[in-house]
Amino acid sequence: MWRKIEEKAFYYLMVISTVSLGFFLLLIVATIVYRGLPYLSWEMISQTPKGGYYFGREGGILNAIIGSLYLSSGAVIIALVISLPVSLAMNIHLKRRKKLVNGLRFILDLLWGIPSIVYGAFGFTLMIYLGIKASLLAGIITVAFFILPIMIRSMDEVMKNVPLSLIESAFALGSTRTEVAFKVMVRQTFPGIITAVLLAFGRGIGDVAAVLFTTGYTDNIPTSLMQQTATLPLAVFFQLGSPIPEVQNRAYAAALILTIIILVVSISTRYFGKRFRKTLIK
Amino acid sequence: MQQGKISIQNLDLHFGKHHILKNVNIEIPENQLTVILGPSGCGKTTLMKTLNRLVELEETVKINGKIFLDNEDILNTDKDVTEIRKKMGLLSQRPSPLPMSIYNNIAYGLRINGISGRRKLTPLVEKYLRQVNLWDEVKDRLKDPATRLSIGQQQRLCLARGLAVNPEIILADEPTSALDPLSASIVEKQFAELKKDYTLVMVTHVLRQARRIADYVVFMYLGEVIEQGPVKEFFENPKMEKTREYLKGAFN
Repeated sequence: MWRKIEEKAFYYLMVISTVSLGFFLLLIVATIVYRGLPYLSWEMISQTPKGGYYFGREGGILNAIIGSLYLSSGAVIIALVISLPVSLAMNIHLKRRKKLVNGLRFILDLLWGIPSIVYGAFGFTLMIYLGIKASLLAGIITVAFFILPIMIRSMDEVMKNVPLSLIESAFALGSTRTEVAFKVMVRQTFPGIITAVLLAFGRGIGDVAAVLFTTGYTDNIPTSLMQQTATLPLAVFFQLGSPIPEVQNRAYAAALILTIIILVVSISTRYFGKRFRKTLIK
Repeated sequence: MQQGKISIQNLDLHFGKHHILKNVNIEIPENQLTVILGPSGCGKTTLMKTLNRLVELEETVKINGKIFLDNEDILNTDKDVTEIRKKMGLLSQRPSPLPMSIYNNIAYGLRINGISGRRKLTPLVEKYLRQVNLWDEVKDRLKDPATRLSIGQQQRLCLARGLAVNPEIILADEPTSALDPLSASIVEKQFAELKKDYTLVMVTHVLRQARRIADYVVFMYLGEVIEQGPVKEFFENPKMEKTREYLKGAFN
């Protein structure tokens, strides 16, 4: 009798948590769509701000859209070039050094937990030290630092779960560690690597604090790494702070654009990753 | 003095504080099937992994002693460990195909040995798949993932993959224990054929299987070699008390 009640209670507890999670997610998306969609126009995504845009007149936020894409793609590429070798080394080359690897994991988890404003401040200090002004490059470097631990640990987590027997059988064939890493491990964890990149991209493109001091803000689309750039999160932030209702609504439209970008990137990379899934060892 | 193809001399192996292999001395004869027998946890698998030095992937392992392969000590050598591993194909308990197509599972070993290009690879892939009698079953679906094959087929694929790196020795760790009886007997038959060209070492705890296919038997218990000898002698006239007990206990 008691076991039955227990079973039922937990069942409903799970239903409630799942439903409430879905509800709040839906609520967020609905708010953005409800307030932003009416103000989303072709003009907004195809033009840069004209004079008086921030007072509710003509123009769009193409500068911020392009800026954000540049910024997060650049940061993701830099982070990927570092993350992949690091996570492979942690799981293949350093397989025997468990203490070292666990120490690394601990440090990376700490870095993951540091708020992005600290990365922003760090990036700012680095800029002064290197003598770079607020620019796309400075933003890319800062965001790359910020998403690096996220990417490494996400990849590490999937690589950690690769069956030892698979690694052993690849070694038994006489593979070098590099061959095991790039020909077997990368293949086996490819969907996981994609997910890690995606997660990092999402964090990178959506973050305000890391770019607050480092990228500056401009109405122009940057044409070089040394120029300042606008970003979508900052565009949302600035417009939402405006007292003019029209501009506030445009902030929601900008947030909608940001959401759609993340959605499109997410779906397309997942589709891409799926093609590899069928050969994986379960 | 070395008598066999592989000569294991005074081998001791520790995992941390655990003494896993205790002063192991084995002579493994060339072109014969040597079966390593013993109850679970006696160090059979560890011994196999020591032969191709896979055991070195473990963190706390310490190895002392010598293993000679054709008069060359493969434990204490400057030679690249991959060269040593290429001389031994390994077949594990459960087949572990690589996460790629059937074709590429075989081609992988060829490629890491510097053979490339479809024109060179394809005939070799066919050759090795034929050698394990798998070709007719998979020739129309070489591009399929290896995981689509049945377990028995996967095990034969792994055998073919091991043969493709052109080894001299085949190590097999209970290669039939996860297979159905039919697949098991296919693999067993192949082992009997492979003896012509390879030196085989197989771990099992199925006595009947050992009796059926072995030429030379090594009996291990708690990390020690209790007795070794030709199969007939071993089963019909065991010298040690422990061996007699083991054979009796397992038969009843």
